[in-house]
Amino acid sequence: MLVAAQNLTLDVPDMGHHALFGRRRMLRILKDVSLEIGRGETLGIVGESGSGKTSLGRMLLRLHEPSQGRLLFDGSDITHLQPDKMKPLRRRMQMIFQDPQSSLNPRRSIGAILSGAMRLHGIEAGGRTLTALLARVGLPASALTRYPHQLSGGQRQRVGIARAIALKPEFVVADEIVSGLDVSTQAQVLDLLRGLKSEFGLALAFISHDLSVVRHICDRVVIMRAGEIIESGATADIFKTPKSPFTQALIDAIPLPEPDPGWLEG
Amino acid sequence: MSPVIDIRGLSAASQAGPVLRDVSLQVMQGEAMALVGESGAGKSTIAKAVLGILPAAIRVTAGGIFFAGTNLLSLPERQMRELLGVRIALIPQDPQTSLNPSRRIGDQLTDGLRLRAGLNRKDAWARALALLGDVHIRDPELVLTRYPHELSGGMRQRVLIAQAFSLKPDVIIADEPTTALDVTVQKQVLRLIRNLQRDHGTALLFVSHDLGVVAQICDRITVLYGGKVLEQGSTAEVLRNPAHAYTRALLAANPRYDQPERNLKPVPEDLIAELRRENGG
Repeated sequence: MLVAAQNLTLDVPDMGHHALFGRRRMLRILKDVSLEIGRGETLGIVGESGSGKTSLGRMLLRLHEPSQGRLLFDGSDITHLQPDKMKPLRRRMQMIFQDPQSSLNPRRSIGAILSGAMRLHGIEAGGRTLTALLARVGLPASALTRYPHQLSGGQRQRVGIARAIALKPEFVVADEIVSGLDVSTQAQVLDLLRGLKSEFGLALAFISHDLSVVRHICDRVVIMRAGEIIESGATADIFKTPKSPFTQALIDAIPLPEPDPGWLEG
Repeated sequence: MSPVIDIRGLSAASQAGPVLRDVSLQVMQGEAMALVGESGAGKSTIAKAVLGILPAAIRVTAGGIFFAGTNLLSLPERQMRELLGVRIALIPQDPQTSLNPSRRIGDQLTDGLRLRAGLNRKDAWARALALLGDVHIRDPELVLTRYPHELSGGMRQRVLIAQAFSLKPDVIIADEPTTALDVTVQKQVLRLIRNLQRDHGTALLFVSHDLGVVAQICDRITVLYGGKVLEQGSTAEVLRNPAHAYTRALLAANPRYDQPERNLKPVPEDLIAELRRENGG
């Protein structure tokens, strides 16, 4: 397994609770979460808003330090690794964000954004490297001199993907990366992701609220609710015979594009 | 039966070019009409035109929007304001930004009832209480005294639905009303909108990018691309037997959990090129 989470718990200070003296009350964001992701595998992390799926994604990248439990990357324990020890691992794990509009610096050209991401890890990328990188995500070389606002939402998301794969990572966390896109653009981005997965043997954590998309792209799924994994398994099995009534309710709540007079009543 | 909203040959343009091209559609009493399409299709522009809230950069260049025999586009602003919220109401997309954060729910909900329907404070409060009951809010007395940030997104959207129906409008414009909600909440909210709409016989113009949502709530569908109507028909007909290649392409790009083996195909580039050519580049 490339990534393994063992009984991870995440507590954060409760900012809504004001205590004059003593310790600030803590909120448990994630409870006893265990999962594994192998190379070339896509794990769907599914849940409604507030379920902890984004926090889990960030913790898998060690952007949050777990309060309890263990986090393993490629066999080594990174649960409490210091930043300087984390740094060489950082280029092997990357994130694609939900909203490329706010995760790309509006004042830097696409070329500067991509070369900056590589320079962070001591790699000077020439024009040829950057052009090849853009071509891989289906963008023309002319995009190098463009700024984020000059691109469409789908093109910006491709830049976000290019930035994530620039360092040929082994593990990528993709957080709701197609949720703001039109279905046609969504289909293109999912196709791109599928291609990259097989090309690089990526381990992918695909965070999404959209079970229809998850059904199409994920090998396995974990269903989250209130910070806990309430069900996990092969995607096909979960859709065919969900064990938890909550999972069943999530599936039943997806409207299909054909009129079903009974659906709204159910 | 005469239509409640009758849009005839509506064209509009911004500085960058046409945004609506000869759009005609009618919404009958008690009918739910969907406007579907991708971003840039013009669906929100049509909704804004009906509400008389087009951005200043967009001008209507031809056509009319007829409501109860009057062309809304030639109505003085003051008369338009008298219609809004009373006979033409809106359920907005984002319940977060559509309520005043500094006023209690009860005050916001009773505004229209007092100022537009002429109820006194006590009667308006009682009516607001009943309205929250209609949208299945538990503890309505408590909710009336709360501020928007104290409610969940689903609760806020219920409040806005209650507000939209509060003055028994002839038509409601719903602009992606469930896009910001979790699926389980979305289903409850859709059920609510559909039931209220049926009970009151309200005409509904429902803007959405989600073919699944419109399939469950709308009687007819208008498919738009680049500001032009490509196809119009009953929901079952358009979705089961789409007449236009673009509608078929949208369905082919749409992921369905019950068809996992089907490859998701983007709308073909040559089809986009052809549609753009038809729209004059």
